[in-house]
Amino acid sequence: MSWILTILRSSIGKKYIMAVSGACLSFFLLSHLIGNSVSFLGKEAYNSYASHLHSIGFLTYILEPFLLFVFLVHILTGITLFIENLSARPNRYAVPGNERNWSASTMPYTGIIILTFLLVHLLNFHFITRTVSTAELVRTTLSNPFLASFYLFSLSGLTLHASHGFWSLFQSLGINHPKYNKFLQQGGLATAVIIGTIFILIPLLIVTTDSFLQ
Amino acid sequence: MTVIHLTLKIWRQTGPESKGSFKTYESGPLATAMSFLEMLDVLNERLILSGEEPVAFDHDCREGICGMCGAVINGKAHGPEKKTTLCQLHMRHFRDGDTLVIEPFRSRAFKLVKDLIVDRSAFDAIIAEGGYISVNTGGAPDANAIPVPAFTAEQALDAAECIGCGACVAACPNGSAMLFVGAKISHLSLLPQGQPERSKRALALVKKMDALGFGNCGNEQYCEKACPKGISISNIARLNREFMKAAFCSVEE
Repeated sequence: MSWILTILRSSIGKKYIMAVSGACLSFFLLSHLIGNSVSFLGKEAYNSYASHLHSIGFLTYILEPFLLFVFLVHILTGITLFIENLSARPNRYAVPGNERNWSASTMPYTGIIILTFLLVHLLNFHFITRTVSTAELVRTTLSNPFLASFYLFSLSGLTLHASHGFWSLFQSLGINHPKYNKFLQQGGLATAVIIGTIFILIPLLIVTTDSFLQ
Repeated sequence: MTVIHLTLKIWRQTGPESKGSFKTYESGPLATAMSFLEMLDVLNERLILSGEEPVAFDHDCREGICGMCGAVINGKAHGPEKKTTLCQLHMRHFRDGDTLVIEPFRSRAFKLVKDLIVDRSAFDAIIAEGGYISVNTGGAPDANAIPVPAFTAEQALDAAECIGCGACVAACPNGSAMLFVGAKISHLSLLPQGQPERSKRALALVKKMDALGFGNCGNEQYCEKACPKGISISNIARLNREFMKAAFCSVEE
């Protein structure tokens, strides 16, 4: 089995790890998005969705530990890459080239924003003793303007991270062809923007309107 | 003849271990038909006459095909023009009074030798590790004896355009050599002649590249923009595929 470790420790192996774990996290993001979108149907639908979700044992015992594992792999490999890459170019140029690829260059930083957000988000909604319905909990938590602006900021970071990540994961796995390159590049960007916008809508609607989830 | 004057901020460093710094020079009158290297020649003649150490820089063919020249001009490897080596960059692309900041290629894997010269022998070490094919000795084989589809030949030739100048590594924020290695993999593995060593090559080149201190590719695409030969990052994707195939489907260790 040592060959598999050799492969995964190589520079390209680490790309595969980032791509595959990133793909898993994208699926999680998508299912989370669909779940969140139920809130647009109203308070009752949202509460009923949440209670059904929590009653599925499979999710708690199998998918949650798996998700935690994938997150850890993505984060730890990402940190390793960040440190390795910093030392691979010890001297910076005096003049930065002017065509920056913002989403790609900021991947480690948007990653840190997402990690911080993740911890806050789990403290807000996961590691909490429940006394009220899910809809009420969301509404009261995000009514706090500081927390709401932190959510808006972090979710923008997530959008930027995903806008590079969605295309990048295909490229890392060698999925690149003139027939569908444009689709992957533009589709990846569009998907990131759509996902980001829908996520952002929830804290935004809570802060700006009185009727949402009320 | 149009003449321009430039202010040149050039990185001066006497040796690999010494501390370097920028030194500012006035170019004097320059014909716009001059190449970048000719501009440096003119500056060096003046420096020699005044008893100062001339600026050390690499060059050879001066027609854009050997890959010896290269420096970073205002943050861009080989300067602001697309698909251009430093020797093919002409003064007409600059305006009178411009300031040019001229730096060497910077990367952990390319040790600085002097001023603008860096040691790119790491590329040679990668090639020696597997950038070859096996052929029989004797008379040259007949042309077209081995059928190669025209499109495949074109793809291999596009990759073979790589002159190994190192601009991809210089432009990469991570100092990664993936575009160079991707080009070599495409060049050799697309053709029938490259099949016997195909898996071995992919594994060996990547292993050597990692060992030499190049960084990891983050798909940031700066390399493709800096490449004077327009090598596409589709070659990096091909390298990713070739490595995956070799790693999981071949018996090579």
